Amino acid sequence: MLVKEIMKRNVFTLAQDDRIADAIQLLKQHHIRHIPIINEERHVIGIVSDRDLRDAAPSIFDKEFDQNILNQSIGSIMTSRVITTHPYEYFEDIATIFYEHEIACLPVIYNKKLVGIVTEKDMLYTFIQLTGTHSPSTQIEIKVPDTVGVLANVSQIIAKRKIKIVSVYSYPSPTYDGYMILVFRIQTMNPLVIMQDFEKTEYEMIYPIREEDDEFQ
Amino acid sequence: MSFSKTAFVYSDQFLQYSFHENHPFNQKRILLTKDLLYTHDALSEDDIIEPDTISPTILELVHTKEYINVIKQASELSEIDNPEKYGIGTADTPAFKGMFHAAMSLVEGTIKACELVANHDVIHALNLGGGLHHGFPDRAAGFCIFNDIAIGIKYLQQNYNFKILYIDTDAHHGDGVQHLFYNDSNVCTVSFHETGRYLYPGTGKVNERGIKEGFGYSFNFPLDAFTEDDSYLDTFHQGMDEICEFFRPDIIISQHGVDSHFLDPLTHMHCTCRIFEEIPKKIHQLAHQYCQGKWVALGGGGYDIWRVVPRAWAQLWQILNNNEPFTGSINQEWHRLWQSKAPCPLPDSWSDPVSQYKSIPRRKEITDYNNEILEQVLKFTKIAKKSDSDGVKP
Repeated sequence: MLVKEIMKRNVFTLAQDDRIADAIQLLKQHHIRHIPIINEERHVIGIVSDRDLRDAAPSIFDKEFDQNILNQSIGSIMTSRVITTHPYEYFEDIATIFYEHEIACLPVIYNKKLVGIVTEKDMLYTFIQLTGTHSPSTQIEIKVPDTVGVLANVSQIIAKRKIKIVSVYSYPSPTYDGYMILVFRIQTMNPLVIMQDFEKTEYEMIYPIREEDDEFQ
Repeated sequence: MSFSKTAFVYSDQFLQYSFHENHPFNQKRILLTKDLLYTHDALSEDDIIEPDTISPTILELVHTKEYINVIKQASELSEIDNPEKYGIGTADTPAFKGMFHAAMSLVEGTIKACELVANHDVIHALNLGGGLHHGFPDRAAGFCIFNDIAIGIKYLQQNYNFKILYIDTDAHHGDGVQHLFYNDSNVCTVSFHETGRYLYPGTGKVNERGIKEGFGYSFNFPLDAFTEDDSYLDTFHQGMDEICEFFRPDIIISQHGVDSHFLDPLTHMHCTCRIFEEIPKKIHQLAHQYCQGKWVALGGGGYDIWRVVPRAWAQLWQILNNNEPFTGSINQEWHRLWQSKAPCPLPDSWSDPVSQYKSIPRRKEITDYNNEILEQVLKFTKIAKKSDSDGVKP
């Protein structure tokens, strides 16, 4: 999946001469947390986050403050050397950038011009889509040896029962070396037949809830 | 025909709703329930009302013409273009001969039950053939072809000016009904179900609260797997009291899936028959407190058709009539009728024997979790109540 498929194209921006008060207003009005600062060519020259604005704004405990603070230019508080991304970047890489740089927003740049914005929230939404419930379905998890053809074999068992697979992902088993866990959402209310099918194979269905004791008690 | 205060809506047609021999949805459970009631002298032929034949155009209150036609074709076992698009021919809802009329009869049952209650012919009515909450406008899902509940609610909206409260206690989320009234503030949908983390259909999260005018009129209680009776009933009682006070319904439609039982093969709620006594008692009380008794009770899921469903549904009918559940032993006459056909020993008593029940080690954790869910779900009704008492409009 590419960045251009998950980014927002309607970006709220300001120029560096705009006032801090304008930025605060823009955040409130649109429920956003980041504002790219652009020049006449739509080049991103800085970025301002809600935290930058909070740092700049007077404390709520401060009864008498200098109104002029809010009239200062955005340019005076923006972060320059902005980390950006490209519309044809893969969305998985965005997660890595967020994680490594500890940031939550990336302006998307094409031909040096701002074309979109991706936030942590868009990222999370995409993950929800990947693992999520697009249509009514049951979730099953299967422990399989980490070898060639396993996914095909498992899918075959589900397909034979005329059950559609809604989503699938996999991760290495946290407890057994050399095993993977396959996670499927399958379009059926009756997983019993599938469970019985798997009992005849070497694949172990971890379904549905581990009944172990509470480790936090 | 002399009507008592309750009606048991039934037609032999309901039994035709059968996908195949090994399918978990098996209407034989209605026969088992009726016989259980007969042997306890709790049901007589006078109580039974046959639904009227009605025009299939009533389906269009909820379903698309295209989908209705597809079901008619599937019913004749004729070839359909892309059946999967309509959910037909899948493992859950395969086509079967006569499926249109079978599915239609369940709708007729629910319409009859709604009509009887709305017209004050009876105070409460029960249709164990209905309660197919997974049906969508253009596709079959989760063993459901037509959504009789939604059709019943639309029918009531069209003919009576009621605020309708829908209560769904099936172990699976009532997704089809919620979907159809998601933007409607005159229909309040409430679903108590096992969390969709693993279980079908996966929806029914706390944050599904409705949209537009309907925001705040969908309530979802996704309870943890292995919830057990006490936590279930705590959540149910507190949740329903609060929601009724907030919504003040004119009529209650309830779906009584009884698949939250620990013997049910498809779910993991791990409750006992006690909840199937307490749930109807609570709804009964609310129906009289808010709706002059107007209450339509419907069937739903329930996949241990020998040991669980007959007892649970017999108690439902008993509570509709007397408000007092059966206790003690099951009449052996019922065993004589059915034991030879059953693959397991039929139960001897109305309550579940302790020996069969294995309690859950994580009970405290699960109870805490469910309390947290309750708190979150009721966040907005609590705010509404507070601004009400402050004299401010919410």
